[in-house]
Amino acid sequence: MAYGEKVLDHYENPRNVGSLDKDDSSVGTGMVGAPACGDVMKLQIQVDQNGVIEDAKFKTYGCGSAIASSSLLTEWVKGKTLDQASQIKNSEIAEELALPPVKIHCSVLAEDAIQAAISDYQNKQAEHKKSA
Amino acid sequence: MSDTKLPIYLDYSATTPVDPRVAKAMMDCLTLEGNFGNPASRSHAFGWSAEQAVEKARQQVASLINADPKEIVWTSGATESNNLAIKGAAHFYSKKGKHLITLKTEHKAVLDTCRQLEREGFEVTYLEPQDNGLVDLNVLRAAIREDTVLISIMHVNNEIGVIQDIEAIGEIARENKVIFHVDAAQSPGKVKIDMQQAKVDLLSLSAHKTYGPKGIGALFVRRKPRVRIEAQMHGGGHERGMRSGTLATHQIVGMGEAFHLAELEMDAENERIRMLRDHLLSGLKDIEEVYINGDIESRVPHNLNMSFNFVEGESLIMALKDIAISSGSACTSASLEPSYVLRALGRDDELAHSSLRFSIGRFTTQEDVDHAISVIRSAVSKLRDLSPLWDMYKEGIDLKSIEWAAH
Ligand SMILES: Cc1ncc(COP(=O)(O)O)c(C=O)c1O
Repeated sequence: MAYGEKVLDHYENPRNVGSLDKDDSSVGTGMVGAPACGDVMKLQIQVDQNGVIEDAKFKTYGCGSAIASSSLLTEWVKGKTLDQASQIKNSEIAEELALPPVKIHCSVLAEDAIQAAISDYQNKQAEHKKSA
Repeated sequence: MSDTKLPIYLDYSATTPVDPRVAKAMMDCLTLEGNFGNPASRSHAFGWSAEQAVEKARQQVASLINADPKEIVWTSGATESNNLAIKGAAHFYSKKGKHLITLKTEHKAVLDTCRQLEREGFEVTYLEPQDNGLVDLNVLRAAIREDTVLISIMHVNNEIGVIQDIEAIGEIARENKVIFHVDAAQSPGKVKIDMQQAKVDLLSLSAHKTYGPKGIGALFVRRKPRVRIEAQMHGGGHERGMRSGTLATHQIVGMGEAFHLAELEMDAENERIRMLRDHLLSGLKDIEEVYINGDIESRVPHNLNMSFNFVEGESLIMALKDIAISSGSACTSASLEPSYVLRALGRDDELAHSSLRFSIGRFTTQEDVDHAISVIRSAVSKLRDLSPLWDMYKEGIDLKSIEWAAH
């Protein structure tokens, strides 16, 4: 399979690889996909008091397009509010990376990952308020 | 490492380059100055000389498998040979019964042919191999029925390189009066084939896995005891009516020369290649969480198939852009399906997804293998640094205990 230039760039030089402390109440973690399907994405966001994503990290098990989709996503969400980040659509990721039809599911997974990370963060905040 | 030419070809089981000696013999059969005649032309020297070349090649192919030249039928490759053997025998003997037995790890050229026969009203049993890829002879025996007419089991598996015991299977088939077909596309030059020893009735061969050209193959059709097949290609009645079509002299001569070289050189060549394969294996086996797929003993010397746990196969291939290898079989690597061969061995999808097939050949050097080891080690380490599954494994989390949302 031939890969697009942007996919190759993210694959060769993935941005924001790593982990944040998943027990920190300002961190939201989203893990989506399944090993049996050949891709698992873990996306973590660190959110400040104003609801702005100050940092984002990812780790991905999957093909080059899955790695590129998550790498691109971390770049895009940084500096966005949770509200703005939740608006990111898989089609924008697919378009930016010029993903072929068989790889669209990678961008879908990336959209699922940011949604999951945001909802994890919001659940944690709700818990936090309850116990405070 | 500096004189290694990139990319390095380690996919000899997909196809081989044509040996220059073979190419030379082929080129002599094309132009006006060469041996270009139609081997079926009986009225002039051009035809006679082409026929002579074709018969010499037939002798060379027969010799490698210890058969009679009259038992060799030219085809366009192992795909056609498999079709001709399986459909041809099933149709011819269909009055006796309509049940066939094959193996889940066969090449698609066998499996898909069996599917077609199922659509025509035949019944097919697909045997599950053991975890090492080898067929359990008792399971095979138990599958034979009163109406079984054909057993089709491959000699060497194209993905995992395991060698089935075709002599033992042949005995079982003969005892039960069932025709035995063997897809031996991957065997010539790698493992001895002896049609005087093995009770094989039909055997498929291909040239392009053994330094011959693509587009030419052969089917061995036993004469004693005689095996009958129905032709699938009708026309001028070439090849004793079993396969019509003007014989492609240059292709046939190429296959003959390639098989002749294999017969002369296979012992020495396999020793060298086995050393390179073992060198590759020892350079990789101490990586954590790697698994060899398929039996390591009953295996052709040039194949290594390994799974690298917690690394996804396609990204691994991408990281290894300087080495030409395959993930699963060449035919399935365009789709996202994990290898059906590895699945049939009972491998998890994850391990099937992360498998690589290395196949070494005539032109592989020690430097090539050294280079491959070093790039594979760094690719696996890079991708594991990126892998959330690797982190979880390191934290002692059992991935099977997690409820993954399938998508
Ligand atoms: C085991 C096996 N059978 C059949 C084939 C098909 O052979 P051919 O390419 O000559 O049609 C191959 C190779 O692709 C093979 O490995």
